[in-house]
Amino acid sequence: MRWYWVDKFIEFNSGESAKAVKNVSLAEEHLHDHFPGFPVMPASLMIEGMAQTGGILLGEKNDFQYNVILAKVPKVEFHSWACPGDQLIYSATLEDAREEGGSVKVVATVEDRLVAEAEIVFVHLSSDDPQLSRIDQKNFVFKMNLLDILTVGKAGTGESAS
Amino acid sequence: MASSEEIFEKVQETLVDALGVDDDEVTPEATLIGDLGAESIDFLDIVFRLEKNFDIKIPRGELFPENLAVADSGFVADGKVTADGIAQLREKMPHADVDKFAQDPQVSKIPDLFTVDMIGKFIASRLG
Repeated sequence: MRWYWVDKFIEFNSGESAKAVKNVSLAEEHLHDHFPGFPVMPASLMIEGMAQTGGILLGEKNDFQYNVILAKVPKVEFHSWACPGDQLIYSATLEDAREEGGSVKVVATVEDRLVAEAEIVFVHLSSDDPQLSRIDQKNFVFKMNLLDILTVGKAGTGESAS
Repeated sequence: MASSEEIFEKVQETLVDALGVDDDEVTPEATLIGDLGAESIDFLDIVFRLEKNFDIKIPRGELFPENLAVADSGFVADGKVTADGIAQLREKMPHADVDKFAQDPQVSKIPDLFTVDMIGKFIASRLG
């Protein structure tokens, strides 16, 4: 499985806010186990998608000079489901950004329906930090060409930058 | 200027939100790591919340100094912080109870310097 939990960005205001889309599909293997006969997007993977949205927002502010690591989710609340066919929109706002890390608030919606709200804290590690080797790759917000999904213009128009 | 009670109440609220503890656990004497279960990553979250709640800026390392008395700092001998090391702690952590620590300056007890009271005094000095 590829560790992409957003499909594309539809808005990107550098250093301020970003919106990304996650299309939930019945072709995703895990939905058949979560749950048999009742496929819903796992909450943990929604957190990952929200972290990827917010982590790229934070990373871009610093021109991706740091490895942005998902460190803590101080608060998360789920209000409803996301089912196959639903289009989740993750709207992230950058709350703090400094040398050591940053934090975001993210709201997940399907159309007008509120699905989840989260606060997420990230830390920065430089590539030569010895702690880096101890960290599971999956804690990385952006690696493995995840940045490919950042093809939206910075004006927030949703138009491709390339 | 906010009174020390007002500051304490806001610090208490901040720690309840950041650490998921009950407000009656957040006493002035409580240690962040030992009593309230804070981990290293929580310190950044606490700094973010204090900045927001008190509308102040807390530069890196001012409230929670990093790399205190590490093994190669020259401030440690036989598992204890040396006199020079204690002097450094007083300089870097003016709001912590270094006098109490100095009575038995075991390196393993350095985390106990980080208390709720220390945060309150730090904030008071910033607001004052």
